Amino acid sequence: MILECKSLAIGYENRTVLKDINLTIDNGDYVCLFGDNGSGKSTLVKTLLGLIPKLKGDIIFSKNISQRSIGYLPQRNDSLSDFPASVFEVVRSGCLNRIGLRPFFSKRERKRVEDMMEILEIKNLEYRSFSELSGGQQQRVLLARALCATDKILVLDEPFTGLDGIAAKKLYETLDKINKELKVTLIIVSHFVEDLLKYANKVIHLSQECLFCGNPEEYKQHMRKEFILSRHQFLEVGDDHDN
Amino acid sequence: MIISAGIIRNFFNNFDIIKYPLIVGILLSITASILGVVLVLKRYSMIGDGLSHVSFGVYAVAIGLGMNVSIIVVIPLVVLAAYILLRIGESKKMKSDAAIGVFSSSALAIGYIVASVRHGGFTTDINSLMFGSIVFANKSDFIVMLITAIIVIGTFILLYHRIFAVTFDESFAKATGDHTRLFNVLFASLTAITIVIGMRIMGTLLISSIIIFPALSSMQVFRKFRNVIFSSAIISVVSFLVSFFVFTDLPFGASVVLVNLIIFIIYLTIGKLTNHYAKQ
Repeated sequence: MILECKSLAIGYENRTVLKDINLTIDNGDYVCLFGDNGSGKSTLVKTLLGLIPKLKGDIIFSKNISQRSIGYLPQRNDSLSDFPASVFEVVRSGCLNRIGLRPFFSKRERKRVEDMMEILEIKNLEYRSFSELSGGQQQRVLLARALCATDKILVLDEPFTGLDGIAAKKLYETLDKINKELKVTLIIVSHFVEDLLKYANKVIHLSQECLFCGNPEEYKQHMRKEFILSRHQFLEVGDDHDN
Repeated sequence: MIISAGIIRNFFNNFDIIKYPLIVGILLSITASILGVVLVLKRYSMIGDGLSHVSFGVYAVAIGLGMNVSIIVVIPLVVLAAYILLRIGESKKMKSDAAIGVFSSSALAIGYIVASVRHGGFTTDINSLMFGSIVFANKSDFIVMLITAIIVIGTFILLYHRIFAVTFDESFAKATGDHTRLFNVLFASLTAITIVIGMRIMGTLLISSIIIFPALSSMQVFRKFRNVIFSSAIISVVSFLVSFFVFTDLPFGASVVLVNLIIFIIYLTIGKLTNHYAKQ
């Protein structure tokens, strides 16, 4: 177990989005988290990261990690398009949770930044300006930054949105490598269910009321049953227009 | 009243008269421009404009009531306004640009009404609050500005990497344990102090230009956060000095804006040309 939610209720100030969430994520899991619009995917992610306070229940982390040592890849943000920053600076900002109260970075952090750029194959972009890169390249830079912040667990919010087929395929392969070789637990919020089911070993489906948590095989069976009950919902699951 | 050309020409003979305006101006230029880099990048550019109107309101009410108000009273009020604007920006109920609009016009209106009930319209005092005057800088401005400048520059040196992280991506910084709320309050307070002092020199209507222009010009040419900060500070000081020593017969605040505009156009052209040739 690396992360466990016990009768967790999430939402904003006076509005509960989801309640009674019980789920366990094990070390090395590749979790695919999806649900309809407004089902609370992003709210759950933000609560897990501590960006918004939980309403009720518990989030329990295993002893060797804390909420601060979760790596995070936020949803694409177009306001970064004119930000003056080199790739190296961006990746390095992921190391901030490692320096405590020190004002500056040491050689150890520099080494980590270079290792992560190596893993994500962006070493050649080190001195380039972040804003000049393509969407796929920017995504890899931000992923390297997230990896600098963690070596245990990584949360990705809609990482495939806006990527073309080739860039998305490359990202799937990289994520698989991060999960298998670096043993990093992945929690991916996405609506590209079909593709992710090939890699994921755990599926969490959020909906207004129901909450599914199990492996992909169970999930497919579950969906077949749902399909008979409600064809409409099945179509919504495969919907590509999440936002 | 503006500092006349004669005083500047006899620089060394009249150093006593111009030393506070000169030093306050240089410190103000540096402080406003480096805070401006963060404000522009965080899409808070207009917060400076809103806060200057709030300080105008406070000063105008004081003039209307015939009180002699010191900056020690104005600063806490404007810091409070900055904090409220920031909180409104964080919540989703009201957009921060709309909130700034509401604050600006309300403060301006209240200030003008109170002042005009007493004096029946624009007085010289109100006019110089609107467009500023360099002779306003006195010893207490100098002391507050010096402390603010030391805090701002010190913050940027010691917390450089954290400032970068919070400015670049606030939610990531928060997720990895930065106290983003504390940062925002610190920046809002420092901006508020800078504006209270700056608006009497630059004027209510022009103060936001020295926050926005240097950062915007630098971003046309430089692609690294640190270089943008250095370049902004240099542009800001140069435009202040040019206005102070060269355009001595022109209204001070307006000539600073004009020099900044010219620098912006030059940087924009350089930026476009380097981009063009880099692609070839």
